[in-house]
Amino acid sequence: MTYLKRSPWIIHYDASSCNGCDIEVLACLTPMYDVERFGIVNTGNPKHADIFVVTGSINEQNREVVKNIYEQMPDPKVVVAVGICATSGGVFRECYNVSGGIDKIIPVDVYVPGCAARPESIIDGIVKSLSILEEKRTKMNTPAAKKDALGGGIQ
Amino acid sequence: MMSPVYGLIYILLAPIAGGLVAGIDRKITARMQGRVGPPLLQPFYDVGKLFEKENLVVTRSQDLYALCYLVFMLVAGALFFAGGDLLLVIFAFTLSHIFLVLGAYASSSPYSFIGAERELIQIIAYEPMIILSAVGMYMVTASFFVSDIVVSSIPIVLYLPGVFIGFLMVLTIKLRKSPFDLSTSHHAHQEIVKGVTTEFTGPNLGKIEIAHWYEYVFLLGFIFLFFAFSIPIALLAIAVAYLLEILIDNTFSRVKWQFTLKSAWIIAGMLGLINLAVLYYLSGGLQP
Repeated sequence: MTYLKRSPWIIHYDASSCNGCDIEVLACLTPMYDVERFGIVNTGNPKHADIFVVTGSINEQNREVVKNIYEQMPDPKVVVAVGICATSGGVFRECYNVSGGIDKIIPVDVYVPGCAARPESIIDGIVKSLSILEEKRTKMNTPAAKKDALGGGIQ
Repeated sequence: MMSPVYGLIYILLAPIAGGLVAGIDRKITARMQGRVGPPLLQPFYDVGKLFEKENLVVTRSQDLYALCYLVFMLVAGALFFAGGDLLLVIFAFTLSHIFLVLGAYASSSPYSFIGAERELIQIIAYEPMIILSAVGMYMVTASFFVSDIVVSSIPIVLYLPGVFIGFLMVLTIKLRKSPFDLSTSHHAHQEIVKGVTTEFTGPNLGKIEIAHWYEYVFLLGFIFLFFAFSIPIALLAIAVAYLLEILIDNTFSRVKWQFTLKSAWIIAGMLGLINLAVLYYLSGGLQP
Protein backbone atom coordinates (compact mmCIF):
# COMPACT_ATOMS: atom_id res chain seq x y z
CA MET A 1 0.00 0.00 0.00
CA THR A 2 1.49 3.29 -1.03
CA TYR A 3 0.20 6.72 -0.19
CA LEU A 4 2.58 8.65 -2.41
CA LYS A 5 0.38 8.23 -5.50
CA ARG A 6 -2.71 9.35 -3.63
CA SER A 7 -1.29 12.58 -2.28
CA PRO A 8 1.09 14.31 -4.69
CA TRP A 9 1.80 17.88 -3.65
CA ILE A 10 3.22 20.14 -6.32
CA ILE A 11 5.30 23.28 -6.40
CA HIS A 12 4.91 25.43 -9.47
CA TYR A 13 7.75 27.66 -10.61
CA ASP A 14 7.53 30.14 -13.48
CA ALA A 15 10.93 30.22 -15.20
CA SER A 16 10.71 33.05 -17.74
CA SER A 17 7.37 31.81 -19.03
CA CYS A 18 5.01 34.14 -20.92
CA ASN A 19 2.32 33.26 -18.28
CA GLY A 20 0.36 31.27 -20.88
CA CYS A 21 1.28 27.93 -19.33
CA ASP A 22 1.03 29.37 -15.79
CA ILE A 23 -2.57 30.31 -16.33
CA GLU A 24 -3.27 26.82 -17.62
CA VAL A 25 -1.56 25.31 -14.55
CA LEU A 26 -3.74 27.47 -12.31
CA ALA A 27 -6.80 26.50 -14.38
CA CYS A 28 -6.25 22.93 -13.14
CA LEU A 29 -7.10 24.12 -9.62
CA THR A 30 -10.42 25.70 -10.62
CA PRO A 31 -13.81 24.00 -10.16
CA MET A 32 -13.74 23.04 -13.86
CA TYR A 33 -10.78 20.63 -13.48
CA ASP A 34 -10.31 20.48 -9.68
CA VAL A 35 -7.10 18.48 -9.28
CA GLU A 36 -7.74 18.22 -5.54
CA ARG A 37 -9.93 15.25 -6.55
CA PHE A 38 -6.66 13.33 -6.90
CA GLY A 39 -5.25 14.79 -3.69
CA ILE A 40 -3.06 17.20 -5.65
CA VAL A 41 -2.31 20.37 -3.69
CA ASN A 42 -0.35 23.38 -4.93
CA THR A 43 1.90 24.00 -1.92
CA GLY A 44 4.27 26.83 -2.81
CA ASN A 45 6.87 25.37 -0.44
CA PRO A 46 9.60 23.18 -1.99
CA LYS A 47 10.12 21.38 1.33
CA HIS A 48 6.55 20.05 1.28
CA ALA A 49 6.41 19.25 -2.44
CA ASP A 50 6.73 15.95 -4.31
CA ILE A 51 6.37 17.21 -7.88
CA PHE A 52 8.22 20.19 -9.33
CA VAL A 53 6.17 21.75 -12.13
CA VAL A 54 8.25 24.19 -14.20
CA THR A 55 6.97 26.42 -16.98
CA GLY A 56 9.19 28.48 -19.29
CA SER A 57 12.81 28.04 -20.28
CA ILE A 58 16.13 28.44 -18.49
CA ASN A 59 18.00 31.73 -18.70
CA GLU A 60 20.85 33.28 -16.74
CA GLN A 61 18.47 34.81 -14.18
CA ASN A 62 16.67 31.66 -13.11
CA ARG A 63 19.38 29.02 -13.54
CA GLU A 64 20.31 29.09 -9.84
CA VAL A 65 16.71 29.44 -8.68
CA VAL A 66 15.54 26.28 -10.46
CA LYS A 67 18.52 24.35 -9.13
CA ASN A 68 17.94 25.69 -5.62
CA ILE A 69 14.24 24.76 -5.54
CA TYR A 70 15.03 21.27 -6.86
CA GLU A 71 17.68 20.69 -4.21
CA GLN A 72 15.39 21.83 -1.41
CA MET A 73 12.77 19.19 -2.22
CA PRO A 74 12.93 16.00 -0.11
CA ASP A 75 13.25 12.65 -1.94
CA PRO A 76 11.44 11.04 -3.71
CA LYS A 77 10.72 13.86 -6.17
CA VAL A 78 9.92 14.25 -9.87
CA VAL A 79 10.13 17.15 -12.30
CA VAL A 80 7.41 17.92 -14.84
CA ALA A 81 8.32 20.40 -17.58
CA VAL A 82 5.10 22.08 -18.75
CA GLY A 83 4.91 23.80 -22.14
CA ILE A 84 7.23 23.72 -25.14
CA CYS A 85 9.55 26.39 -23.66
CA ALA A 86 10.19 24.20 -20.62
CA THR A 87 10.79 21.10 -22.71
CA SER A 88 13.19 22.57 -25.30
CA GLY A 89 13.19 26.38 -25.20
CA GLY A 90 10.51 26.53 -27.91
CA VAL A 91 10.59 29.55 -30.20
CA PHE A 92 12.97 31.28 -27.81
CA ARG A 93 15.70 28.64 -28.05
CA GLU A 94 17.83 30.80 -30.38
CA CYS A 95 17.63 33.86 -28.09
CA TYR A 96 20.95 35.15 -26.79
CA ASN A 97 19.82 34.80 -23.14
CA VAL A 98 18.02 31.43 -23.30
CA SER A 99 19.99 28.25 -22.55
CA GLY A 100 17.16 25.86 -23.47
CA GLY A 101 14.77 23.53 -21.66
CA ILE A 102 14.69 22.71 -17.95
CA ASP A 103 16.71 19.51 -18.56
CA LYS A 104 19.81 21.66 -19.10
CA ILE A 105 19.89 22.16 -15.31
CA ILE A 106 17.95 19.41 -13.55
CA PRO A 107 16.75 15.91 -14.60
CA VAL A 108 13.24 16.11 -16.08
CA ASP A 109 10.93 13.09 -15.76
CA VAL A 110 7.86 14.11 -17.77
CA TYR A 111 7.65 16.52 -20.71
CA VAL A 112 4.27 18.14 -21.40
CA PRO A 113 4.43 19.90 -24.79
CA GLY A 114 2.02 22.57 -25.99
CA CYS A 115 1.88 26.32 -26.41
CA ALA A 116 0.18 26.80 -24.07
CA ALA A 117 -0.14 23.26 -22.66
CA ARG A 118 -3.81 22.48 -22.12
CA PRO A 119 -5.03 21.70 -18.56
CA GLU A 120 -6.00 18.18 -19.67
CA SER A 121 -2.47 17.44 -20.87
CA ILE A 122 -0.96 18.99 -17.73
CA ILE A 123 -3.12 16.73 -15.53
CA ASP A 124 -2.18 13.78 -17.75
CA GLY A 125 1.52 14.62 -17.37
CA ILE A 126 1.25 14.85 -13.59
CA VAL A 127 -0.66 11.56 -13.37
CA LYS A 128 2.08 9.94 -15.55
CA SER A 129 4.74 11.31 -13.21
CA LEU A 130 3.10 9.53 -10.26
CA SER A 131 4.29 6.09 -11.40
CA ILE A 132 7.81 7.49 -11.81
CA LEU A 133 7.53 8.92 -8.29
CA GLU A 134 6.55 5.48 -7.00
CA GLU A 135 9.48 3.89 -8.86
CA LYS A 136 11.87 6.36 -7.23
CA ARG A 137 10.45 5.60 -3.80
CA THR A 138 11.06 1.84 -4.17
CA LYS A 139 14.57 2.57 -5.43
CA MET A 140 15.14 4.89 -2.44
CA ASN A 141 14.24 2.11 0.01
CA THR A 142 16.71 -0.48 -1.32
CA PRO A 143 19.64 -1.18 1.08
CA ALA A 144 22.21 0.10 -1.43
CA ALA A 145 20.44 3.45 -1.81
CA LYS A 146 20.07 3.83 1.96
CA LYS A 147 23.79 3.24 2.46
CA ASP A 148 24.52 5.76 -0.27
CA ALA A 149 22.23 8.37 1.32
CA LEU A 150 23.97 7.98 4.69
CA GLY A 151 27.44 8.31 3.23
CA GLY A 152 27.04 10.84 0.48
CA GLY A 153 24.10 13.03 1.48
CA ILE A 154 24.23 16.80 1.88
CA GLN A 155 25.72 17.34 5.32
CA MET B 1 -12.99 11.25 39.69
CA MET B 2 -10.27 10.70 37.10
CA SER B 3 -10.74 7.79 34.70
CA PRO B 4 -7.55 6.94 32.78
CA VAL B 5 -9.53 4.61 30.48
CA TYR B 6 -11.08 7.59 28.67
CA GLY B 7 -7.64 9.12 28.32
CA LEU B 8 -6.40 5.91 26.73
CA ILE B 9 -9.41 5.78 24.39
CA TYR B 10 -8.60 9.35 23.37
CA ILE B 11 -4.98 8.46 22.58
CA LEU B 12 -6.09 5.53 20.42
CA LEU B 13 -9.16 6.91 18.66
CA ALA B 14 -8.62 10.67 18.45
CA PRO B 15 -6.34 10.51 15.36
CA ILE B 16 -9.00 8.54 13.50
CA ALA B 17 -11.78 10.92 14.54
CA GLY B 18 -9.61 14.00 13.94
CA GLY B 19 -8.54 12.78 10.50
CA LEU B 20 -12.16 12.14 9.53
CA VAL B 21 -13.14 15.61 10.74
CA ALA B 22 -10.34 17.06 8.60
CA GLY B 23 -11.55 15.00 5.63
CA ILE B 24 -15.16 16.13 6.04
CA ASP B 25 -13.87 19.70 6.39
CA ARG B 26 -12.01 19.51 3.07
CA LYS B 27 -14.96 17.89 1.32
CA ILE B 28 -17.46 20.52 2.55
CA THR B 29 -15.01 23.32 1.74
CA ALA B 30 -14.68 21.98 -1.82
CA ARG B 31 -18.46 21.76 -2.21
CA MET B 32 -18.82 25.34 -0.97
CA GLN B 33 -16.40 26.39 -3.72
CA GLY B 34 -18.29 24.39 -6.36
CA ARG B 35 -15.62 21.68 -6.60
CA VAL B 36 -15.86 17.90 -6.22
CA GLY B 37 -13.15 17.82 -3.60
CA PRO B 38 -10.73 15.12 -2.42
CA PRO B 39 -11.76 11.69 -1.09
CA LEU B 40 -12.95 11.61 2.52
CA LEU B 41 -9.81 9.75 3.62
CA GLN B 42 -7.45 12.25 1.93
CA PRO B 43 -5.91 13.52 5.24
CA PHE B 44 -4.84 9.93 6.03
CA TYR B 45 -3.28 9.55 2.56
CA ASP B 46 -1.44 12.84 3.08
CA VAL B 47 0.02 11.82 6.43
CA GLY B 48 0.82 8.32 5.13
CA LYS B 49 2.71 9.91 2.28
CA LEU B 50 4.58 12.31 4.56
CA PHE B 51 5.98 9.32 6.48
CA GLU B 52 7.19 7.81 3.18
CA LYS B 53 9.22 10.92 2.38
CA GLU B 54 12.79 11.78 3.25
CA ASN B 55 13.28 13.69 6.51
CA LEU B 56 15.14 16.82 5.48
CA VAL B 57 16.04 19.05 8.44
CA VAL B 58 18.13 22.15 8.94
CA THR B 59 19.05 21.09 12.46
CA ARG B 60 18.36 17.80 14.24
CA SER B 61 16.63 19.63 17.12
CA GLN B 62 13.63 20.12 14.80
CA ASP B 63 12.90 16.38 15.16
CA LEU B 64 12.71 16.76 18.94
CA TYR B 65 10.50 19.85 18.83
CA ALA B 66 8.05 18.28 16.37
CA LEU B 67 7.86 15.18 18.58
CA CYS B 68 7.36 17.31 21.73
CA TYR B 69 4.52 19.18 20.01
CA LEU B 70 2.78 15.87 19.37
CA VAL B 71 3.51 14.43 22.82
CA PHE B 72 2.32 17.46 24.79
CA MET B 73 -0.80 17.74 22.65
CA LEU B 74 -1.43 14.10 23.54
CA VAL B 75 -0.84 14.81 27.24
CA ALA B 76 -3.23 17.79 27.18
CA GLY B 77 -5.98 15.86 25.38
CA ALA B 78 -5.54 12.69 27.44
CA LEU B 79 -5.71 14.69 30.70
CA PHE B 80 -8.83 16.42 29.44
CA PHE B 81 -10.64 13.24 28.45
CA ALA B 82 -9.50 11.44 31.60
CA GLY B 83 -11.30 14.17 33.56
CA GLY B 84 -8.26 16.05 34.82
CA ASP B 85 -7.77 19.60 36.01
CA LEU B 86 -8.77 22.07 33.29
CA LEU B 87 -5.98 24.49 34.21
CA LEU B 88 -3.34 21.77 33.85
CA VAL B 89 -4.86 20.79 30.50
CA ILE B 90 -4.61 24.39 29.25
CA PHE B 91 -1.04 24.58 30.52
CA ALA B 92 0.01 21.44 28.60
CA PHE B 93 -1.92 22.65 25.55
CA THR B 94 -0.04 25.96 25.48
CA LEU B 95 3.27 24.23 26.12
CA SER B 96 2.80 22.02 23.07
CA HIS B 97 2.39 25.11 20.89
CA ILE B 98 5.52 26.64 22.39
CA PHE B 99 7.41 23.59 21.12
CA LEU B 100 6.05 24.18 17.63
CA VAL B 101 7.27 27.79 17.79
CA LEU B 102 10.69 26.66 19.07
CA GLY B 103 10.90 24.16 16.21
CA ALA B 104 10.24 26.94 13.72
CA TYR B 105 12.81 29.22 15.38
CA ALA B 106 15.42 26.43 15.42
CA SER B 107 15.69 26.44 11.63
CA SER B 108 17.03 30.00 11.14
CA SER B 109 14.88 30.53 8.05
CA PRO B 110 13.26 33.97 7.62
CA TYR B 111 9.91 32.49 6.50
CA SER B 112 9.88 30.11 9.42
CA PHE B 113 10.74 33.03 11.74
CA ILE B 114 7.78 35.10 10.58
CA GLY B 115 5.55 32.06 10.96
CA ALA B 116 6.84 31.49 14.50
CA GLU B 117 6.27 35.13 15.44
CA ARG B 118 2.73 34.97 14.09
CA GLU B 119 2.09 31.73 15.95
CA LEU B 120 3.19 33.49 19.16
CA ILE B 121 0.81 36.38 18.40
CA GLN B 122 -1.99 33.84 17.92
CA ILE B 123 -1.16 32.22 21.27
CA ILE B 124 -1.28 35.66 22.92
CA ALA B 125 -4.62 36.32 21.19
CA TYR B 126 -6.46 33.13 22.19
CA GLU B 127 -4.93 32.32 25.57
CA PRO B 128 -6.96 34.81 27.72
CA MET B 129 -10.26 33.58 26.30
CA ILE B 130 -9.45 29.91 26.92
CA ILE B 131 -8.49 30.67 30.53
CA LEU B 132 -11.68 32.74 30.95
CA SER B 133 -13.67 29.72 29.71
CA ALA B 134 -12.09 27.57 32.41
CA VAL B 135 -12.75 30.24 35.06
CA GLY B 136 -16.36 30.55 33.88
CA MET B 137 -16.87 26.81 34.20
CA TYR B 138 -15.43 26.96 37.70
CA MET B 139 -17.85 29.74 38.66
CA VAL B 140 -20.82 27.71 37.46
CA THR B 141 -19.87 24.23 38.66
CA ALA B 142 -17.42 25.09 41.50
CA SER B 143 -14.80 22.73 40.06
CA PHE B 144 -11.88 22.90 37.68
CA PHE B 145 -12.02 19.15 37.13
CA VAL B 146 -13.44 18.05 33.78
CA SER B 147 -14.88 14.93 35.46
CA ASP B 148 -17.03 17.16 37.74
CA ILE B 149 -18.00 19.62 35.02
CA VAL B 150 -19.15 16.91 32.63
CA VAL B 151 -21.51 15.24 35.15
CA SER B 152 -23.02 18.54 36.30
CA SER B 153 -26.67 18.89 35.31
CA ILE B 154 -26.42 22.71 35.06
CA PRO B 155 -26.80 23.97 31.46
CA ILE B 156 -23.45 25.77 31.51
CA VAL B 157 -23.98 27.52 28.18
CA LEU B 158 -27.00 29.41 29.56
CA TYR B 159 -24.82 30.84 32.32
CA LEU B 160 -21.91 31.56 30.01
CA PRO B 161 -23.32 32.75 26.65
CA GLY B 162 -20.68 35.49 26.31
CA VAL B 163 -17.86 33.13 27.18
CA PHE B 164 -19.16 30.60 24.67
CA ILE B 165 -19.27 33.15 21.83
CA GLY B 166 -15.76 34.26 22.80
CA PHE B 167 -14.65 30.63 22.74
CA LEU B 168 -16.08 30.17 19.24
CA MET B 169 -14.09 33.23 18.19
CA VAL B 170 -10.79 31.78 19.42
CA LEU B 171 -11.76 28.40 17.96
CA THR B 172 -11.40 30.04 14.54
CA ILE B 173 -7.82 30.95 15.45
CA LYS B 174 -7.10 27.53 16.90
CA LEU B 175 -8.46 25.56 13.94
CA ARG B 176 -6.31 27.71 11.62
CA LYS B 177 -9.30 29.03 9.73
CA SER B 178 -9.60 32.24 7.74
CA PRO B 179 -9.72 35.12 8.67
CA PHE B 180 -7.22 34.18 11.42
CA ASP B 181 -4.95 31.65 9.67
CA LEU B 182 -1.91 33.85 10.11
CA SER B 183 0.90 31.47 10.96
CA THR B 184 0.01 28.63 8.60
CA SER B 185 -3.12 27.23 6.98
CA HIS B 186 -4.49 24.03 5.55
CA HIS B 187 -5.50 25.56 2.29
CA ALA B 188 -3.67 25.53 -0.97
CA HIS B 189 -3.37 29.30 -0.84
CA GLN B 190 0.11 30.46 -0.04
CA GLU B 191 1.07 32.90 2.65
CA ILE B 192 4.65 33.65 3.65
CA VAL B 193 5.71 30.36 2.07
CA LYS B 194 4.11 28.04 4.64
CA GLY B 195 4.63 30.00 7.82
CA VAL B 196 5.46 28.04 10.94
CA THR B 197 5.65 24.68 9.11
CA THR B 198 7.93 25.90 6.29
CA GLU B 199 11.04 24.06 7.44
CA PHE B 200 9.36 20.83 8.52
CA THR B 201 9.45 18.09 5.89
CA GLY B 202 8.19 14.53 5.58
CA PRO B 203 7.78 12.68 8.89
CA ASN B 204 8.11 15.85 10.98
CA LEU B 205 5.26 17.50 9.08
CA GLY B 206 3.32 14.26 9.49
CA LYS B 207 3.76 14.45 13.28
CA ILE B 208 2.53 18.06 13.27
CA GLU B 209 -0.49 17.01 11.22
CA ILE B 210 -1.34 14.17 13.63
CA ALA B 211 -0.94 16.58 16.58
CA HIS B 212 -3.41 18.81 14.81
CA TRP B 213 -5.94 15.96 14.62
CA TYR B 214 -5.57 15.44 18.38
CA GLU B 215 -6.11 19.17 18.79
CA TYR B 216 -9.33 19.04 16.74
CA VAL B 217 -10.83 16.39 19.01
CA PHE B 218 -9.70 18.20 22.16
CA LEU B 219 -11.24 21.52 21.04
CA LEU B 220 -14.51 19.88 20.00
CA GLY B 221 -14.49 18.16 23.40
CA PHE B 222 -14.21 21.59 25.00
CA ILE B 223 -17.41 22.66 23.20
CA PHE B 224 -19.01 19.53 24.63
CA LEU B 225 -18.39 20.82 28.17
CA PHE B 226 -20.62 23.86 27.55
CA PHE B 227 -23.51 21.53 26.68
CA ALA B 228 -22.63 18.60 28.95
CA PHE B 229 -26.15 18.54 30.49
CA SER B 230 -27.54 16.78 27.41
CA ILE B 231 -25.45 14.60 25.09
CA PRO B 232 -27.67 14.94 21.95
CA ILE B 233 -27.70 18.76 22.26
CA ALA B 234 -23.93 18.72 22.83
CA LEU B 235 -23.27 16.65 19.69
CA LEU B 236 -25.58 18.92 17.69
CA ALA B 237 -23.79 21.99 19.06
CA ILE B 238 -20.40 20.55 18.07
CA ALA B 239 -21.64 19.85 14.51
CA VAL B 240 -23.21 23.32 14.15
CA ALA B 241 -20.12 25.05 15.59
CA TYR B 242 -17.82 23.19 13.20
CA LEU B 243 -20.01 23.89 10.15
CA LEU B 244 -20.07 27.54 11.18
CA GLU B 245 -16.26 27.54 11.29
CA ILE B 246 -16.10 26.07 7.77
CA LEU B 247 -18.56 28.71 6.54
CA ILE B 248 -16.53 31.51 8.14
CA ASP B 249 -13.37 29.99 6.67
CA ASN B 250 -14.79 30.16 3.15
CA THR B 251 -16.44 33.55 3.51
CA PHE B 252 -13.71 35.79 4.90
CA SER B 253 -10.30 36.74 3.62
CA ARG B 254 -7.31 36.80 5.93
CA VAL B 255 -6.91 39.82 8.23
CA LYS B 256 -3.75 41.45 9.58
CA TRP B 257 -2.23 40.22 12.83
CA GLN B 258 -3.04 43.55 14.55
CA PHE B 259 -6.74 43.00 13.92
CA THR B 260 -6.53 39.39 15.10
CA LEU B 261 -4.96 40.39 18.38
CA LYS B 262 -7.26 43.37 18.97
CA SER B 263 -10.50 41.63 18.07
CA ALA B 264 -9.65 38.51 20.08
CA TRP B 265 -8.84 40.57 23.16
CA ILE B 266 -11.77 42.98 22.76
CA ILE B 267 -14.25 40.13 22.38
CA ALA B 268 -12.64 38.22 25.25
CA GLY B 269 -12.76 41.39 27.36
CA MET B 270 -16.25 42.52 26.38
CA LEU B 271 -18.16 39.24 26.26
CA GLY B 272 -16.05 37.06 28.52
CA LEU B 273 -15.29 39.40 31.38
CA ILE B 274 -18.73 41.06 31.43
CA ASN B 275 -20.33 37.62 31.39
CA LEU B 276 -18.22 36.55 34.35
CA ALA B 277 -18.88 39.85 36.20
CA VAL B 278 -22.64 39.49 35.79
CA LEU B 279 -22.45 35.88 36.93
CA TYR B 280 -20.43 36.93 39.98
CA TYR B 281 -22.91 39.68 40.85
CA LEU B 282 -26.00 37.47 40.45
CA SER B 283 -24.62 34.57 42.42
CA GLY B 284 -23.44 36.92 45.16
CA GLY B 285 -20.00 35.40 45.43
CA LEU B 286 -17.89 32.66 43.95
CA GLN B 287 -19.90 29.68 45.20
CA PRO B 288 -23.09 29.02 43.19
